Amino acid sequence: MKYSIFSLARAALSGHKNWQRTWRDATPKDRYDVVIIGGGGHGLATAWFLASEYGIRNVAVLEKGWIGSGNAGRNTTIIRSNYGLPGNTGFYELSMKLWERMEQDLNYNAMVSQRGVVNLYHSDAQRDAYARRGNTMRINGIDAELLDLAAVKKMMPFLNFDNARFPVQGGLLQRRGGTARHDAVVWGYAHAASTLGVDIIQNCEVTGFVRDANGKVTGVETSRGKIGAGKVGMAVAGSSSRVAAMAGLRLPIESHVLQAFVSEAIKPLLPNVMTFGAGHFYVSQSDKGGLVFGGDIDGYNSYAQRGNMPVMEDVCEGGMALMPMIGRVRLLRQWGGIMDMSMDGSPIIDKSPVDGLYLNAGWCYGGFKATPGSGFVFAHLLARDTPHEEAARFRLDRFRRGAMIDEKGQGAQPNLH
Amino acid sequence: MRIVCPFCGERELGEFTYLGDAKPVRPVAGASEDEVFDYVYLRDNVAGETSEHWYHGGGCRAWLKVARNTLTHEISAVEPAAGAGARQAVK
Repeated sequence: MKYSIFSLARAALSGHKNWQRTWRDATPKDRYDVVIIGGGGHGLATAWFLASEYGIRNVAVLEKGWIGSGNAGRNTTIIRSNYGLPGNTGFYELSMKLWERMEQDLNYNAMVSQRGVVNLYHSDAQRDAYARRGNTMRINGIDAELLDLAAVKKMMPFLNFDNARFPVQGGLLQRRGGTARHDAVVWGYAHAASTLGVDIIQNCEVTGFVRDANGKVTGVETSRGKIGAGKVGMAVAGSSSRVAAMAGLRLPIESHVLQAFVSEAIKPLLPNVMTFGAGHFYVSQSDKGGLVFGGDIDGYNSYAQRGNMPVMEDVCEGGMALMPMIGRVRLLRQWGGIMDMSMDGSPIIDKSPVDGLYLNAGWCYGGFKATPGSGFVFAHLLARDTPHEEAARFRLDRFRRGAMIDEKGQGAQPNLH
Repeated sequence: MRIVCPFCGERELGEFTYLGDAKPVRPVAGASEDEVFDYVYLRDNVAGETSEHWYHGGGCRAWLKVARNTLTHEISAVEPAAGAGARQAVK
């Protein structure tokens, strides 16, 4: 079904009772050219780009639960491409450009809102670091503006500028950054991929890999039976170590819990996405009016999808430091997602050491903004067997080679990235 | 989560910081590149019962070995990490 003003009008005239399913809930076939494990944003985007860009339509996406039930449904919906290191800068801009045309490509309203992302700075040293990052972005053709105090005051007059410890001095603005409706991203890719013939199979948990005599992966064992595959791609961030272990692999990844929060709905307050530079706090306001925000990961390994009080307190303190007037706003919901924390804070998109098995992992807590780019370059890898040029540095062997992409400069300590 | 420190008793999580899996052992000097790579970068990343090092920075500043389930956050045992002071712990 094609969505347009006419389809909306037709549905309205019939009382909205005749909408068809957005995508087809498929049952597994015996064999596919490509099987993708993980029906989140990355897995579904990969399937769509395989079908639309690379002409591979005999594809299945296997999802343990329902699509978008993992981290795709547990993030703070921010999109941006303000990265400073070679490898990241180009990749995230590729992703940003795909966000800008996603809704037309998919024929689906993902509510992509380029409302701007402002990273506040609170010291001379931080201003210099942001200026450098902004210059890196501009050299690479990405928009960036260094804002002084007056410019930030004009955009967000309500901030606590004179915080005694961390006075706001200015910010780095990427106007093209913003937010997107996370569930609609999942449904949009599912809709478009399904239309091109991709099978989306829910409640289908992978329990093992089928290997031939040479050790090559030739399919997967699932809770819904054996499914043969020419190639198998993993896009299961949060559970990468567990799935890879079924193929005998150990990864440079730890699973950590990241919490996110939403307040009760309030009147329009925050016009853009904003981050606190002196702590770790990022916030935007949803179209329903809730403040959507988050901060650091909890810091200990976890698969539990829930966090603890110390980080909750820390995040709320970050919010209060910038916006004391939200002190009486009630917290509506809070949840946790499991992050694939890699050893340098950057993702891994590569062939695995096991023939026939491909990795898309290690997204830390930056996976949502990467969704279209990740799908695009992973589809390229699966179709061509060579990395896409914008993902050429996200190799699994970069840790052994000493070619880390350590945006925060923290070293091999995943809970610090 | 609350952790029962063998020196201080039950304390809230904010007093502790996390190092990670207690299983990896630093390779001896002159170990092969593979062994060092494995120690620094690769993780079992266990889903279930695991043994970890925690630091009681907000209390006695002792390193602790905590048996914890990463699926439920349930802590089944806490003991002092090997080294000075371990014998002084409250049994």
